[in-house]
Amino acid sequence: MTTQSVRPPAQADPEIPSRADSPAAPEVPRWRRKLRPYLLSVPAVLIVIGILYPFVIGAYYSVLNYAAVNPNPVFIGLRNFVSVLGDVEFWSSVRVTATFAVVATVVETLVGVGIALLLNRSSLIGRIFEKVLILPLMIAPVIAGVIWKLMFNPQFGVLNHVLGLGSTFDWLSSHNAMWSVILVDLWIFTPFVAILVLAGIRSLPKEPFEASAVDGASWFYMFRKLMLPMLWPYILVAVIFRFMDNLKVFDAVYVLTAGGPGIATRTLQIGAFEDSIINLDYSRGSTYMFLLWVIVFITARLLVSVLGKAQRRAAGAES
Amino acid sequence: MAKELLPGQRRFTPASVGADLALIGWFVFSLFPIVWMFLLALKTPAAQTTTYFEFSPTLENFGTVLSHRGTDLTSVDFKSALITSLINCGGAVLVSLVIGIPAAYAAGRWQYKGSNDLMFTMLSFRFAPELMVIVPLFVIYNQIGLFDTKLGMVWVLQLVTMPLVVWILRSYFQDLPEDLEQAALLDGYTRRRAFVMIALPLVRPGIAAAALLAFIFAWNNYVFPLILADNNASTVTVAITKFLGGGGQAYYNLTAAAAVIAALPPLILALTIQRYLVRGLSFGAVKS
Repeated sequence: MTTQSVRPPAQADPEIPSRADSPAAPEVPRWRRKLRPYLLSVPAVLIVIGILYPFVIGAYYSVLNYAAVNPNPVFIGLRNFVSVLGDVEFWSSVRVTATFAVVATVVETLVGVGIALLLNRSSLIGRIFEKVLILPLMIAPVIAGVIWKLMFNPQFGVLNHVLGLGSTFDWLSSHNAMWSVILVDLWIFTPFVAILVLAGIRSLPKEPFEASAVDGASWFYMFRKLMLPMLWPYILVAVIFRFMDNLKVFDAVYVLTAGGPGIATRTLQIGAFEDSIINLDYSRGSTYMFLLWVIVFITARLLVSVLGKAQRRAAGAES
Repeated sequence: MAKELLPGQRRFTPASVGADLALIGWFVFSLFPIVWMFLLALKTPAAQTTTYFEFSPTLENFGTVLSHRGTDLTSVDFKSALITSLINCGGAVLVSLVIGIPAAYAAGRWQYKGSNDLMFTMLSFRFAPELMVIVPLFVIYNQIGLFDTKLGMVWVLQLVTMPLVVWILRSYFQDLPEDLEQAALLDGYTRRRAFVMIALPLVRPGIAAAALLAFIFAWNNYVFPLILADNNASTVTVAITKFLGGGGQAYYNLTAAAAVIAALPPLILALTIQRYLVRGLSFGAVKS
């Protein structure tokens, strides 16, 4: 949440030279023309500041000892960070978050790309399914969590019945909970990858494929050498969105397991929620969040720079 | 197009049958929970814990959920949560449009100093962990009396809707040829009139899509109402988790009915704006 730009800085002269400067245009002083985009953005900038303010305050909490039981906080330097970083539960949350984010993102990407490739064929089934592909994505993750929780119930849930698992199999036991929440995340968000990649496939130029088909290239060869490199920017955008979101996963997991059993699915956001909202230790929760934000920020920068390279390569600048 | 180069270009080859089966497999997995939720919502209390597909359906659960009767376990006022959701999300979308459209136009038309910084700051809201701002907002809201108010919810839902609106509309304004406005300027229009009379009507589909998508995002949000609202400003996403209740008897059928009601608006809107979804969901990062 900083004002970091990944593009080259804006040009010094904001006004695009155009016919607006021609004599026929109404006489508007140059300074007003220059000011126009700024004036139009003022409300949005105010909103941004209004949101940056709590963000900065939140970061500030992490160097205080602010809690509901301690309403007169004092500056304690990095002691929160030392205490959090020396805490076993924190590192368990890091491990849970990393496992969840990596596994969920990889599986969602692979399955999503697969679905996009399958849907791209002009079969009747594909055309029907394309319409309903997005439905899980549009249901609030919380509601999806509620639905799945009902289905996961060992006694009354439909899953064990349909899959013939009997009433002893517990989807949300400490052994299975992680995989079950990943399954739910996969159910909700795979369509996101699929529709992005499908849009990418449909935007690819035809000619290279026709040319290499004439040369007798196999489908797999064309997929690997032509389609995948050109699709890469689309896939990367999907990966970036999914990975960032999975790092800060909360809604569905909170409803399904509330971080449990024990700390089996206690992600960083759930840990921060427990500290800040349940235990009312604002500083400790903010320290968790600040560390998560740093992780998300660094990952975002890395992925976006990879994306920039991929986009340039796909545009043919390097090949 | 590449499609005829994928496996199964001819009908009923082993590859095409396999591909169709794989697709059917995914869609059974994908649609089963939704179908099951609908079925469960139609079951009587006596049948709610059965896992069979044959039963005599009833609409009673929807009435119970909406009438605030028979919820001794949960005491959830779902109807007022529904109305609150509509007000919160409608308000947030409205404010986002009023503030977002000019900003999107400025960012789409001109490269001005700081425009990229502003845009990326907004995009970064999409990726920032919500609790990072919620904890201070929780403290601030309690101090200034915005806690559990609809105004407070509308303000905080900006976090979700405004960046979305600005990013989607920016790419629409970028795609709009500037010549059209220039021609209007040559005809003696002022910039403002050219914008209102020429540019705005042309991006109307984009505005509609952005507004609907923003509404869905706001509607689906859970964390903000969970923490910053209690009874007055709480929404359906929070209300529905209360149906799961604590111990004792669970109201499966009521939970499912509430889930169906809460999921309907986004589902209907999504099917309406399907054509624009890709651009919206990726915030214009990939143009379709």
